[in-house]
Amino acid sequence: MKIEVTVNGVEHSAEVEPRLLLVHFLRDSLELTGTHIGCDTTSCGACTVLLDGTPIKSCTFLAVQANGRAIKTVEGLIRNGSLHPIQQGFKEEHGLQCGFCTPAMMLVSAALLEENPQPSEEEIRWAISGNICRCTGYVNIVKAVQWAAANGQSERAQT
Amino acid sequence: MAVDEQREHKWLGKSVKRKEDERFVRGRGNYLDDIKLPRMLHMSILRSPYAHARILSIDTSRAEALEGVVAVVTGELLAQHNLAWMPTLSGDTQAVLATDKVRMQGQEVACVVAESPYIAHDALELIEVDYEPLQAVTSPQQALEAGAPLIRDDKEGQEDNRVYHWESGDLEATDRAFAEADRVVSLETFYPRCHPAPLECCGCIADVDPATSRATIYMTSQAPHVIRTVFALVAGLPEHNIRIVSPDIGGGFGNKVPVYPGYVVATAASLLIGRPVKWIEDRTGNLISTGFARDFHMKGDLALTSEGKMLGLRVKMLSDQGYAYADAQPSKFKAGLFHLVTGSYDLPAAHIVTDGAYTNKAPGGVAYRCSFRITEASFLIERLVQSAAYEIGMDPVEFRRLNFIKADQFPYESATGFVYDSGDYERALDLALEQIGYAELREEQKRAREEGRLIGIGVASFTEAVGAGPSKDYDILGIKMFDSAELRLHPTGKAILKLGVKSQGQGHETTFAQIVSEELGIPPEDVHVVEGDTDNTPYGLGTYASRSTPTAGGATALIARTLREKAKRIAAHLLEASEEDLDWDGERFAVKGAPDRAKTIQEVIFAAYTDLPEGMDAGLEGVKYYDPPNLTFPFGTYAVVVEIDRGTGQWKPIRVVAVDDCGVRINPMIVEGQIMGGLTEGYAMAAMELITFDEDGNCIGSNFMDYLIPTAWETPHFELHETVTPSPHHPIGAKGVGESATVGSPAAFVNAVVDALAHVGVRNLEMPVTSDKVWEALNEAGLAQ
Ligand code: FES
Ligand code: FES
Repeated sequence: MKIEVTVNGVEHSAEVEPRLLLVHFLRDSLELTGTHIGCDTTSCGACTVLLDGTPIKSCTFLAVQANGRAIKTVEGLIRNGSLHPIQQGFKEEHGLQCGFCTPAMMLVSAALLEENPQPSEEEIRWAISGNICRCTGYVNIVKAVQWAAANGQSERAQT
Repeated sequence: MAVDEQREHKWLGKSVKRKEDERFVRGRGNYLDDIKLPRMLHMSILRSPYAHARILSIDTSRAEALEGVVAVVTGELLAQHNLAWMPTLSGDTQAVLATDKVRMQGQEVACVVAESPYIAHDALELIEVDYEPLQAVTSPQQALEAGAPLIRDDKEGQEDNRVYHWESGDLEATDRAFAEADRVVSLETFYPRCHPAPLECCGCIADVDPATSRATIYMTSQAPHVIRTVFALVAGLPEHNIRIVSPDIGGGFGNKVPVYPGYVVATAASLLIGRPVKWIEDRTGNLISTGFARDFHMKGDLALTSEGKMLGLRVKMLSDQGYAYADAQPSKFKAGLFHLVTGSYDLPAAHIVTDGAYTNKAPGGVAYRCSFRITEASFLIERLVQSAAYEIGMDPVEFRRLNFIKADQFPYESATGFVYDSGDYERALDLALEQIGYAELREEQKRAREEGRLIGIGVASFTEAVGAGPSKDYDILGIKMFDSAELRLHPTGKAILKLGVKSQGQGHETTFAQIVSEELGIPPEDVHVVEGDTDNTPYGLGTYASRSTPTAGGATALIARTLREKAKRIAAHLLEASEEDLDWDGERFAVKGAPDRAKTIQEVIFAAYTDLPEGMDAGLEGVKYYDPPNLTFPFGTYAVVVEIDRGTGQWKPIRVVAVDDCGVRINPMIVEGQIMGGLTEGYAMAAMELITFDEDGNCIGSNFMDYLIPTAWETPHFELHETVTPSPHHPIGAKGVGESATVGSPAAFVNAVVDALAHVGVRNLEMPVTSDKVWEALNEAGLAQ
């Protein structure tokens, strides 16, 4: 099937198998390997991307469903060569260790900040609760989001 | 090798931001699955649905006929190349692909190699395997019963399901202690099977070049050098023709130490086909077939005087090894370092009896964020100590204090033969009690009980033993557990440091750079740290058991000092002074009494390539292999407050206070990150993580819907504190820290829940302490609402 998808602001048209998962389309066809895979039951959230600004788990979403939609991956967080505040926040607050959950965590957090620029700790924890981090214990991830809330003008998660 | 110089630290103790983060936050990490090679094929594994079954036939013809399938590999094919079995890291054998029988659910039966991963998966469904199911053995007790089905009938001379019997300590002295005891308190408990489950599963890309026969294997390995050697032994490939590359690793926690069948088959397939073969494990494969952890059935008896002084400890442990003994651990110690079970206590006598048994489960076990089975040991003693305190009517904290090894007893030789290098257990305990407000909490607990609320306070004062090891005692398959560092200083004053260990998120690129900075005055941003490529790093045993800082950290400091010595001779030449007249201030060599006459380290390094003293070899480079004189012994006290909901049995940690002493902290931010990660995994083990099996050997816990991992929502808040007792023998006084919190905290959480119910006689709740277990206990005590 032919699909047309905007990924990180760039339009792509591609011929894909109907069963191709979005995560594989992003990783294998577009070589955007920042989106990861950590499970086969839609449980871990490592594959999260933004679909028209809303977090979805791209391992449970067909590439064809993204036809005509706009996707944002971690590679699209950078704007004009500088890090998005959430990326800066993760660096500042030691919000990552192995880094495997990080792209998805940042996207979920960026989406949260779009809607709620000054979230409470509880709101942050709830927002990231669809994403597993096996390394950090989440405390510093929460701080990273708080850092971004305090230091970054949240920008519309353009897609 | 005492702690160097009294000079104030310039770089140790600084929370330098991590150098590795920039690529990860940009999504530019380079994990195994991100690597794509030209002409690469994809492999997937067909696994056994049965836990124990004879294989009658395997028909691969339909799979082979599917378009896009390049090869289907079976055990029979591997057997022709003598590759159907491989050695494990504890010297046992494990099937690569099953030939005769399957011995666990999820065992590797056949592999499909295809042009795409989708086709490889499709083809799995076309393989027909005819099994004759056999009775499954699902517990070590059942395994050792007379007449139990023999699991390892492939092993000559193996007549039952026993893997090992191993004892430690002094039986006679212990018997005497028990004969003299006024009181004996016992606890029987089970540390259930759980799984490290790093967020990234295992995988590899094997690329055997048909022209040169050279095998480059990209692999999610915590120990690439050891794997290279094992591959040379398994596959008979000459070792110089094997290159293992561990790229960025998405967490390991012990799961990525062993050799897995997928690695071997992918390599064999690449060799046979002449194209690169990628295998990426799925989560179910990860949870059901790769290194699980724990699964120890334990009983401890503590001999006490009437005043509560400990006289002796007896421990019996039965370990469920699965169908192969595959622990990565020193060959001398059959149950790892479980004999550290005397913990933080001055126990004059101890005797430990351990047995391992084969069952129809995944081979293991690995030490999940743990130094060779110390987690189980620490859990048993810290739980037993609490039970004993209740039985003799003492506060658990005072009972601990009474029996601690005292600060002036270090170095302390334990009853099972460890020499603890340093410690001050009381100081850590006191700090934890003060921070949590222990005395007030006990009052509050009383009041709460009167109001019908249940609050529990749990404490654990753990001792860890990390940094294997002194090579006289520690090896993996005979390879001594030293580690190495190669340091090269470039003419313009920059450095490259190459290590035999391998980070999986621990931040080595920053921490090890800081050690170089401390010793040589080159800032961390000018030190590039390389790990994981066996062609380009010196031999080392890898990163697990919190060994990187104790071993490779020592090697790094020492090689930097060796280079500094040479630099000093060059500086003397440049300054036309004698070496003895030079002072090193951490960044410069200056003439004593004339601080203006000085050369920075960068100027001296430049001279090493441009302006040398007569007769000196050019360059500033070197390799150091460091064999530590002893393990390091981090310790601490964790204190947890929980509240139980009497209606549901749910319990919630309200406060978690952690006091850790890991000696000198290189990067406190990273250390705290490690501790919080460990506390979370400790909480997970106490509360939810469980790999269990039904009576047919079906694994329950084979995906993240059944194997529960805490999210941000369940994970408690942590309050971290420290004391600092430097290791007296480590070159920079540091100890390992990555695992302290997983070792120490499960007991603290369980102790807290039990403490909430201790007044009604509850002494034990088995992990994971789920709400139904708590509710049962509440109900029995008439406390359920
Ligand atoms: S990969 Fe785990 S939720 Fe998508
Ligand atoms: S940083 Fe490793 S999983 Fe989150």
